[in-house]
Amino acid sequence: MSGGASGFRRLGRLTIRTCVRGLVIAVLSVLPGVPLFIASVVSLPLLAVGIGVVPVPMSLLGVRRRASQQRRFALEWSRVSIATPYRPRPHEVSNGLIGRLQRCKWLLTDPATWRDLLWTLVNMPVGVTLGALPAFGVVVGLGGLLSGVWLRPGHTGELLLFAGLLLAGVLAGPRILKAHAQFSAALLAPTRKELDAQLGRLNESRSEVVDASAAELRRIERDLHDGAQARLVSLGMSIGLAEQVLRNDPDLALKLLAEARESSGQALTDLRHLVRGIHPPVLAERGLDGAVRALALTLPLPVDLRIELPGRPPAPVESAAYFAIAEVLANVIKHSAARSAWVQLEYNSQARLIAIIGDDGTGGAVPRIGGGLRGIERRLAAFDGMIAVTSPVGGPTVVTMELPCELSLART
Amino acid sequence: MRVVLGEDLTLLRDGLIRLLTAYGMEVVEAADNGPALLHALITHRPDVAVVDVRLPPTFTDEGLKAAIEARAQVPGLPVLVLSQHVEPLYARELLSGGSGGLGYLLKDRVSDVRRFIEAVRTVASGGTAMDPEVISQLLARRARDEPLRRLTPREREVLALMAEGRTNAGIAARLVVTEKAVSKHINNIFTKLDLYRGGDDNRRVLAVLTYLNV
Repeated sequence: MSGGASGFRRLGRLTIRTCVRGLVIAVLSVLPGVPLFIASVVSLPLLAVGIGVVPVPMSLLGVRRRASQQRRFALEWSRVSIATPYRPRPHEVSNGLIGRLQRCKWLLTDPATWRDLLWTLVNMPVGVTLGALPAFGVVVGLGGLLSGVWLRPGHTGELLLFAGLLLAGVLAGPRILKAHAQFSAALLAPTRKELDAQLGRLNESRSEVVDASAAELRRIERDLHDGAQARLVSLGMSIGLAEQVLRNDPDLALKLLAEARESSGQALTDLRHLVRGIHPPVLAERGLDGAVRALALTLPLPVDLRIELPGRPPAPVESAAYFAIAEVLANVIKHSAARSAWVQLEYNSQARLIAIIGDDGTGGAVPRIGGGLRGIERRLAAFDGMIAVTSPVGGPTVVTMELPCELSLART
Repeated sequence: MRVVLGEDLTLLRDGLIRLLTAYGMEVVEAADNGPALLHALITHRPDVAVVDVRLPPTFTDEGLKAAIEARAQVPGLPVLVLSQHVEPLYARELLSGGSGGLGYLLKDRVSDVRRFIEAVRTVASGGTAMDPEVISQLLARRARDEPLRRLTPREREVLALMAEGRTNAGIAARLVVTEKAVSKHINNIFTKLDLYRGGDDNRRVLAVLTYLNV
């Protein structure tokens, strides 16, 4: 009988969870659904007058965030997978008015934004109705059943009705949630064209990564061949020759052995540089946190660090982030004539590693570091990351990088 | 002189034992992992320890951590840390746990046998031996700073050698000048950088390293 009792308890927990989830959907459809929709609709015409430039991105991004939340619910609660349809953010972001106009353009030209807005509107009635149904059925059914049994026994017809309502609420609850998820999918999922565009971007990114890896391996092979291997050969020759002349010309042998030692030192230095370019030892030893701190200590200008990482990203992400940060800082030193710089590293609530690097230099950086920026962007794109640069002439320059990743909580 | 070694690579470990023994030192224990090294350091309290940064089990910075921990428990325990690469960050961590009897060198330096043994002896007697690589990175970092710019190139050379932990005699030999010339340079340096002058060789190395912000 215990099996039946625990099954009953499980059913009870499931029902309560379903009802609560439904109510969450219902509430969210109205709040923040209604204000977001109204804000968007009201601010759009204001664009014509110019003021709209501020509230339009805010409200549209709010709508987008709400829609993303609903996609997550659909997946987690009803196993309905809705892919993200949005276009990638532009990587050159200006400040001030131009920047805001750029953001408006990016949002307004994306059809997914309009579908999100439509969904927000239609979800107001649909979400409230479907969301409240399971809770309604269960609560009313249960309440009516109990009050009928205790207060007014005998009306079996009524009892059957309430029992039926309760049963419907319990059994149909998950299906109603799924129906809402499927309705959301109809409007929030990417169109065929958007999926193709995403696929195209992924393919492009992948082939860029493959090319970059191959080029990297060739460079390593060449460095080894021309550097350390050459020095070791020279070392061997010096020692071999020293062996030959040792008895007859000990002074020459001494000189040759000193040269051999010199070659070995240079080979080690070459290998050290190579290793540093592949995967800096301090990165493996101390993680991204420690590696950035160590890097800051070696730079010729003071770098203010604000690092808050509750764990370690996966090694390839750490490596990409480290090299990107190192390259940005190298650019700061080379081009910006800055007196100081700062680096902020954190992990935000949307599972993204955020790195922000700023300096107090002369700005106007975008055209100058165009080449290096492209390389960093490619490296980050392999992980679905992005980079954005704000660099008005006169400074300050701020470079923002984002990398989606999971952190492991074990620290070395 | 009693030495404890911390090195897991057999080739290097045997080489170091041979080297140290040839110069009249006794290797009382050669540990090949972090925990064993820490235990050996605390148990034997050697005259000097020669330790690799990277050791099992994690192959990250076990040796470094063992050295710092041992010096926390046995203040002033002389330790010479060897590494395949040097990081000013690690130098800072080592120095922050107390000053005397500390060395941080690239493994490359072992091949200059005389200089290496000299470093071991310096560290054993309470001095400092910092790798020129670390010092040059630190100097490069402060290169734009006002006070450092006031130094002449020669004075900068002397500063670097001082920071490595060399004596006046050592600096004079390296730069092929007289010890008196070295003293004069050092006086000028301390004046221009406004450093605390008193105390022995070790104190002045630390004054310089502190100035370089390690």
